[in-house]
Order: sequence, then C-alpha cells, then structure tokens
Amino acid sequence: MSAPNKSYDPVEVEALKPEVVEQARDEAIAAFAAAADLDELKQAKVAHTGDRSPLSLANREIGALPPQAKAAAGKLIGQARGAVNQALAKRQAELEAERDARVLVEEAVDVTLPFGRVPRGARHPLTTLAERIEDTFVAMGYQVASGPEVEAEWLNFDALNLHADHPARSMQDTFFVEAPDGSADSGMVLRTQTSPVQIRAMLAGEPPLYAVSPGRVYRTDELDATHTPVFRQVEAIAVDEGITFGHLKGTIEVLVEKLIGGGLELRWRPSYFPFTEPSAEIDLQCFVCRGASVGNPDRPCRTCSSEGWIELGGCGVVNPRVLVAAGIDPNRYSGFAFGLGLERILMNRHNVADMRDMVEGDVRFTLPFGMEI
Amino acid sequence: MRVPLSWLREYVDLPAGETGRDVAARLVRAGLEVETVEQLGTDIKGPLVVGEVLSIDELSGFKKPIRHCFVNVGSANGTGEPQEIVCGATNFQVGDKVVVILPGGVLPGPFPISARQTYGHTSAGMICSARELGMGDDHNGIIVLPPEYEPGTDAIELLQLVDEVLDIAVTPDRGYCLSMRGVAREAAAAYGLPLADPALLDVPPANSYGYLVKVADPVGCDRFVARTVTGVNPAAQSPIWLQRRLQKSGIRPISLAVDITNYVMLEVGQPLHAYDRERVDGPIQVRRAAEGETLTTLDGVKRKLSAEDLLICDNSGPIGLAGVMGGATTEILDPVTDPETGVVTGTTEIIVEAAHFEPVAIARAAKRHKLPSEASKRFERGVDPEAARAAAQRAVDLLVLIAGGTAEAGVTDIAAPHPVRTISIDAGLPDRVAGAEYGRETVTRRLQEVGCTVVGADVLEVTPPSWRPDLTDPYDLVEEVVRLEGYDNVPARMPTTPPGRGLSEAQRFHRRVGVALAGAGYVEINAYPFVGEAAFDGLGLDADDARRRVVKLVNPLNDAEPALRTTLLPGLLGALRRNVGRGNTDLALFETGTVFLPKAERKVAPRLPVDRRPTEEQLAELNAALPDQPRRVAVALTGERLPSGWWGKGAPSGWADAIEAARTVAAAAGVELTVRQAQYAPWHPGRCAELLVGDEVVGHAGELHPRVIKAMHLPERTSAMELDLDLVFEDGRRVSGPPVSAYPVATQDVALIVDAGVHAADVESALREGAGELLESLRLFDVFTGEQAGAGKKSLAYTLRFRATDRTLTADEASAARESAVAVAAERTGAVLRGA
Repeated sequence: MSAPNKSYDPVEVEALKPEVVEQARDEAIAAFAAAADLDELKQAKVAHTGDRSPLSLANREIGALPPQAKAAAGKLIGQARGAVNQALAKRQAELEAERDARVLVEEAVDVTLPFGRVPRGARHPLTTLAERIEDTFVAMGYQVASGPEVEAEWLNFDALNLHADHPARSMQDTFFVEAPDGSADSGMVLRTQTSPVQIRAMLAGEPPLYAVSPGRVYRTDELDATHTPVFRQVEAIAVDEGITFGHLKGTIEVLVEKLIGGGLELRWRPSYFPFTEPSAEIDLQCFVCRGASVGNPDRPCRTCSSEGWIELGGCGVVNPRVLVAAGIDPNRYSGFAFGLGLERILMNRHNVADMRDMVEGDVRFTLPFGMEI
Repeated sequence: MRVPLSWLREYVDLPAGETGRDVAARLVRAGLEVETVEQLGTDIKGPLVVGEVLSIDELSGFKKPIRHCFVNVGSANGTGEPQEIVCGATNFQVGDKVVVILPGGVLPGPFPISARQTYGHTSAGMICSARELGMGDDHNGIIVLPPEYEPGTDAIELLQLVDEVLDIAVTPDRGYCLSMRGVAREAAAAYGLPLADPALLDVPPANSYGYLVKVADPVGCDRFVARTVTGVNPAAQSPIWLQRRLQKSGIRPISLAVDITNYVMLEVGQPLHAYDRERVDGPIQVRRAAEGETLTTLDGVKRKLSAEDLLICDNSGPIGLAGVMGGATTEILDPVTDPETGVVTGTTEIIVEAAHFEPVAIARAAKRHKLPSEASKRFERGVDPEAARAAAQRAVDLLVLIAGGTAEAGVTDIAAPHPVRTISIDAGLPDRVAGAEYGRETVTRRLQEVGCTVVGADVLEVTPPSWRPDLTDPYDLVEEVVRLEGYDNVPARMPTTPPGRGLSEAQRFHRRVGVALAGAGYVEINAYPFVGEAAFDGLGLDADDARRRVVKLVNPLNDAEPALRTTLLPGLLGALRRNVGRGNTDLALFETGTVFLPKAERKVAPRLPVDRRPTEEQLAELNAALPDQPRRVAVALTGERLPSGWWGKGAPSGWADAIEAARTVAAAAGVELTVRQAQYAPWHPGRCAELLVGDEVVGHAGELHPRVIKAMHLPERTSAMELDLDLVFEDGRRVSGPPVSAYPVATQDVALIVDAGVHAADVESALREGAGELLESLRLFDVFTGEQAGAGKKSLAYTLRFRATDRTLTADEASAARESAVAVAAERTGAVLRGA
C-alpha cells in the first residue's frame, strides 16, 4: 500500500472509478440473486462483502486519498456497500423463509398417534360420592365426623333407643364381635349404621351440633346385585334450639338439588326408626321416567323398577330419649337426623346395574369415574 | 301383611272406582309401606265354568293315566251337550263338580284353550287345578268343588279370581296393622270414612264354668280366653270364600279348624290356637318351663326348653310354646275317611285359646328356638289384649256356622288388671316438633281418629287405644298427628347454622392421599375386611406374627373368614388377582381403610345406662374395650408401570414403584420419608423397604416374596406397599417458604466406588452432610456393578449442585464442598473416588 499522497488524483485510482465501483456493486447484487440456497449465499457473501471483495479493497484505497477527495470516494463506496448489504439481507431473508418452510414440512408428525405413556388412575366412585355429599354439608356449615367400625353395642343400639329386645334389633342382621370367652357378649358389633357417630358427636360437646358422617357399615346380607354385607352410609345430624321436621325437609331438599338436580318431587312417608320420632322415609321422584313408567308396561323404567319413586333414605326428628342418653337437655334442644345409602345413590345417579361392580375392584368399572364424580 | 282389596272393602266403604294403586298411595302417605299391589286374575279369560263329571273312561297304553271324560257344563258351551275333555288328573269321580275352561278361554301363561285332538280323542277344554288358575301352589290335582254349585255357573266369580292384593311391610311399631282390622282403620282415617270394626261383637260375659285354666305367670300371660265348641263335624271343609281369602293372604288352607283360627288372626290380629279337647289332659296351665323339659311342636321338632320359655301345659306337661307354636299331642286331628263306610272321623270337640302374652318373652322364645311364626310375629309387635274375647267369639261363631258345632256356654276369661295409661301432652308440641301450625282442635281430632281418648285443653290427657301399645310418650302422639296431617304438608325451612369449620386437617390429608395416588396412576378399590387363617398363611406370616392376632366375629358370612383384617394386603391382592384373571394385566391398585387390632388385654364393652349421659369414666371404659382401628393405605402393582408403545419400551413395575408410592403418600402428608433395608413378611427378603418418618416405622414396601406370589397365585414380581396413615399424618404442619437464590449454580459430578452391600441411602446422607449448606441438590444418576467397579463393588455417580444465597460461588469453593462431601462419604461408607 502506498503512503498518503496529497497531490494524488482520485480519478487515477482504478478501483475507485465510479464505473468500476458500480460494476462491483452490480456483480454482488447479481451474485446474491443467483444464490440458490443459504450455502451459496454465504459464499457469495464472502466473495462480495468479505475482506478481499472488490468493494472492501476499494474502500481501503480511500485512506490514501487527499482529504478533498475522501468524501466523494467514501460516499461512492458507502452507497455501493449499502445497496449490496441490502440485497444480501433481502436474499438472506428469502432463502431462510424457503428453508424454514421446507424444514417444518419435513419435521411434521402424525399427532393422532395413540398416546398413553402415563397410566391414568382413578378414585372409587363411592369415595368421591361421599366427598361430594360432605362438601354440600360443609358448605352449609356442618362438620364431618367419623367413628370406629367395630363399635360398642351401647353406641350402635342402646343409646339409639334400641334396647336389647327391641324388634328393630333383630331386623338388622348384625355381625357380633366375639367376646374373650368366645360368646357373643363382647358388647361390640360391626356397626350396622353410621348413627353411633351421631351419639359420639353429641357426647363430644354442647349443641349447636351440625355434623355429617359418611362411613362403612355392615349387615349380614349375602352379596348379590342389590345387596352387599359391607356398604356405605352418609348420615347427618343437627341439634340446636328450635330444630323442627320442617328444617329436616329443607335440608334434604337442598341436598337433593345439589346431588341429583332440581325440579324433582320428594315423597315423605311416615316410617319407624327407634331413634327418631316422627320418622320418615324419603322417596325421590324417579329422575329418569318422572313417574311415566308407573302402570305403563310399554315404558318400563330400570332406574325405579317402574315404581316412579326411588328410595333415598330414612330420617326424622331425633327421639328425645336419644338426646337424654347423650346428655343433651331435650327440653332445650331438638334435632333431626337422616341417613342415606351411598350404593343406591351411585346406582341411580350413574346407572350402575349391579352392586357387585362396586365391590369387586375391577379397574374397568372404576377408571371411567376418574377423580371426581 | 297381604291385604286383598275385596276383603278390605268389607270394613271400609271405599269409593267404587278406587283401584289397589289408589288405596296404596293413600296408605303409603299415612305410613304403611305398601311394597307391591298384585293384580290377580287379570290374565284369565273365560268361559270358565262349573262342570259336573258325567262319565270317566280310563285310557290305557299311555305312560301316565289319562281319562276321557264327558262333563256337563250346562248351557255354557252354547249347545247344552256334554263337553268332551281329556284329563291327566285322577283325583275326581263321576258326579264331582269341577272347574272347566272352554275353548276360547285363556289361562295364565298365557295359555289359550282350543279344541284339539289328543290321546286319540277330542279334548274341547280343560279341567283346571288351583295352580293353573293362579290360586296357589296346590299340587293335589284338579279342584273338586262342593256339590251345591250348578253346572255352567261362572267360576271366575265363584272362585273370586279377580282381585287386587296390597302387600304391606309392617314396621315393628305398627303391630296392629298385621290385621285387616288395623289396615282398615288406617284406610278409614286416610279416606275420612267410618270403620266397621270386626272386633265389635256381642260376647257373653265370663263365667265360672268354662274350661279350667290356671295362669301361674300373670306377667308373661295377662289374658287368657278359652271357649269350647262341641259336635264339630270332622268332615266339614272350609268354604271357598274362606279358602280364597287365606290364599290371597298367603296362607295355605289346611283344615277347617286351623283355617278358621288363621282367618280370625288375619281379620282381628289375635293369634288363636285350637286344641282337640279330647286330647287335652285336665286343666290348662300357663307357666314358665323347667330346665330340661321338652316339647314336640306342631312341625314335628322336639325342642329342649329353656327356663325362660312360657308354656301352655296340661297334666301331661307342655302342650304348646306360648304365642309361638302349639304342641303335637293336642293338635286338631286330620280327618280320616273310612274307605268302606265313608264315615269321616277326626276332632269333634275344640278348645279355642285367645291369649295375650308379653312381647319380650315371645320375641326371645321365637329367637331362641329359631321359630318365627305368624303368631310370634304378632305377639312380638303387640296384640290388642282387649280383642281376645271378640276373636274367640268369632272363631266359635264360624265353627258353629260352618262345622255345625255347638258353642258351650262356659266362657273362660282370665285377665290381669291393666293400669290405664294416659299420656300428658302439651297441645302445642306437635306444632313445635313439626314446624307447622296445626292448632289444638286438629291435634285432638287426629288423636281421636287413631282411637285415643282425649281430654283437656292446653295440656291434653290422652289415653291410647288398647291396640296401640307403641304409643307411650308425647312424641309418639306427635308422630300420629303429623303423619295423619301429612308429612308433605309440613313447610320446608333451612336451619340457621353457625359458621362452619370446614374439613379437618386429617380429613383434607385423607383426600390428598387418594388424589395423589390416583394422579400417579393408581386405581382405588374397596375390599371386604373379612379374613381367615388362609390369608395369613398365604402371606407367609409366622405363627407368632402380631398380625395373626385378630378381632373375631361370632357370626361371619363365611366360616373360613371369621376375622377382621389386620392388614389391607389380603383384600388388595385378592382384587389384583381377580383383575388379572379378567385379563387386566397392567395394574396399579390402592386402598385406604381401617384395620382392626385387638387391645393387648381383651375386654367387654360395658352396656351403659340410657336414661342419662354416661360418665367420662364409663365412656373411657367403653372406648378402651374397642380394638385399635388405625387407617392404612396400601398399593399393589403388577405388569407394566409405564406402558410400551410406538414410542418405545415401557417400564415394568417393581419394588421401586412400591416405595415411590409411599413417597407419594408422604408428600401428600408433607413429611419426609426415609427408607431402610429390612426383612418383613410378605416381602422379598432382599427387596423389602422399611418406611420411616423420623424414627418411627410407618410401613413397608417392595417386591413380594416369591413364595407368597406362588401361594397367592399372583403374577411374578408383584409389588406392594402398606403404611399407616395415622402415623404419617402430622397435624398443624406449616411450610416456611425457602429463600430462592438468584446466583448461578455450580455443578460437580462425583463417582464413588463402594462395597456392593453399602446402601445408597447411607452414601447419600454422608454426601449431604459433608457437602454442607452450599449443597442445593444431589442426584444419583448412575449405578453400576461389574468389572470397571471391581469385584464385590458398585459405582454410584452423583451430580451435586452447589449454590450460595449471597454470592456467586468460586470454582474453589465448589470443589472444596465436593471434597468435603466425598471425605465424609469415605469415612462413613468406605467410598473411594472412582479413578482415584
């Protein structure tokens, strides 16, 4: 490279001649346009914008120009390089877009391939059904209470106004726990109902008491399509000042609406339970046929066996004797209680035809219920 | 209680168009559980008529006797000519009146009848049996009618084939509804109609010349009415109407005297007993049994009596188990016809007993002798003691009317004095209990409808009727008022509850466990808790294993499974096996539930008083007798834990998954679980983990012992976990938010060679301790044994991540921490840096 020469005439420098610069510019632009892919473009980029490219070499010559000539030469080269870079960027963007379009097509997969890499689990529908009922009561201000399954006879029977010879005591076929001497007089049974939990709850403190108690209960029925010796009940009790049969009705209406749906008629049938008086059985209008199947053999209803009603459970105003046994003043407080069988609700609410399916633990039965019911 | 509608109408003048269903609906709302309304005779179509057998030609050459008959059916066949019928029954003779269905008729089935050729003759109709007409299960051939009916008479009407029967399940408090009288009373109240009470009869007063009866136990027997009928014709049979009413009520007609006692029992609700007077030896006595006495009851069973049994006796000893079943020695004789003379012999003198026994004594006797009878069912629930005289009179009247007997003038009636029961009730109580506004007038009227005598104004003095022993306190009366006014008419309201506390921490935890396991791919099951020795043997438990100490049941459903579970595994593994058997091979199951662990010292739970709250000491004693019932969770796995697929190979389930399930539960509890190598049945001795929270063992996990797998017919490599949820749960736990450092992490890998027997958990805890506070996390990313590790050695490779909360760590700091970690591991476990 030559030293600065103040008398140097720029026109004399071949590389800075406008026609030479323009030609280099045009050749670069043409080379970019001709590049078929990003690799060729990269080569063209090196050739036309790299250190050894005509425009770069020409640019270096500017430093040797006399000051008065530098501006014009710089402008000339700058414009040419600007045009080259612009063409390069444009072509680069074009080719990248082409490549992306091609690659994304090549990388496409069949997203409908069957998947199931992570196995699904499920909770038992009776568990989630009990929780749903619990939640309905918890939202009303109730607490959830529980008690032991092997229970004292006093709690399962006596305190509930079922004395030793009460006919109702033989109605319920009870599993008796063996006493140390091998007899049946252990004073303990497998609880036949969740009602002893009510007594426990009452013994635990002064009213007001609002409690719901789901749990397993036992009776000596053989397993068949509609019976199981181990089944589940949910029981609720309210003890407070001024509790009436009307409060019982209101509460059950709310429960039914949350659990099954609105607009269904309830039938309240007088019945007999030693621990309540008055006592009632509650029937729910069949939510499938709404009674249309009754006396109509052409339209039989499986859900209600064409009866028009579905038995929901038993209930009543707590017998004052029960309050007394639990240490609650029946002159100040009154209460209501009711119990529902969960298996029957599950059968009705979810079209389960055979109770054995709830017992046997076949995963094909349980899986469709998932995590919530 | 089966109630034929036609019979009910005899006592209540129900509206003519009222169907069985209509009546049932009314009764249901009044509290009677009408289970079904049976439609009788709707599937029979006539002509069904009385026929007179004119001739019988016994056909031979067939496998069974066949008769070719001509039967006079009057003008029912349109011609008046004898009807030609082929019949397979043989219990009739020429001249007998029978029931004939003619061509065009239909029998239940449905079996349309037409004239056809059979056994070489034309058979234009059929001679019917009771079973073919849907009247009962009588197999004794065709029906032979009493002679007085004219041929051609419509037999559908005659046999009362068309009717409706309400089947009512009577609750224990409504014993009076085990009678037509009781149901009729409810129907009358439900319809607001008057009742024709069948117990309102003219009865001659008691006198001193009736059959001699001595009641030695007036508590057990507070009423004994005896009447005698003589000159009874033993050949007399129950008329059709009586038989039909019994049949429709579900009682098989037997003989006239027995049929009459059953009929009156159904009608009035008073169980009766008929004795053959000639077979009773001397006066009747009512007393308790002496230990060792025996009695052969009507069913032919010789029974050993208990001192508590209440007996009817004569000079020979016991002749009946009071209120339950009569004895064989004094029963009415079956009539016997002399084949030569045709003379019928049998009982001609009958003593009718109508007594009242104490309900509890009868209930216990029926239970003790496993002999629930129609009589005991009624006495247990309470029979109207004031109906005894009327019932006896009714039976006497029927014996006189139907059997041609003569009522003796003697009337025995022994009655223990009954105190008059009155109940005081605040007239406003029904309103307060129901939350409705009835008012005093309504309350009084409803109680009167029930049969009570009511006097008073604000406080009512109520005397319940003799047939309602269940009405004993004011709330019983409240129930009567509210049910008759209609439960449907009580306005529904919501109580005002105090603010709720929501679920307890433990309840929330139990839900989390289920959600977490289901989220991890486990499916919940609920097994029965019944187990037997076989279950423990299958698990390979030692003879002295604590889990063999069980709570036993006196009356298990299955004698092979008399105990309650002490572990969830038998039920869970049973469910696993059942699933595998049904072709579900990749399984992850879980169950949560209680196990039952007897107390060290077995005790009896006391029967506490019910007239007051038990003391705290009494309740403590009661609870102390109950077995411990901790809540457990268990899982069982087999097959692939992660499925194979087009993505590649899956992963078989194994011991590690079982332990992982325990970690899932621990995470739901928010506690840290540590794992220790252990040996514990039923697990594989080399693949069993003891699970600890702190120093407490909470459960076990791992692969099952191959012997257990074989014994229980489980798939190979089945794994399981069981732990105690109560032990894992910590109440009041609260997590403190950890500081999160924004400085960069320094990662260091370390590979250690240890003896093959060294536990990874020990190496890890040594590394953690040595690494100190700068260690953010540690991960074991490779384990291998083999030549490179050296014989009897294994290599464990860890990634340690270091980070400080307040600065960027220098390389030297990170290396120093790593060296310190390795040093502690070396000291504790003999670990050597690989390549060192």
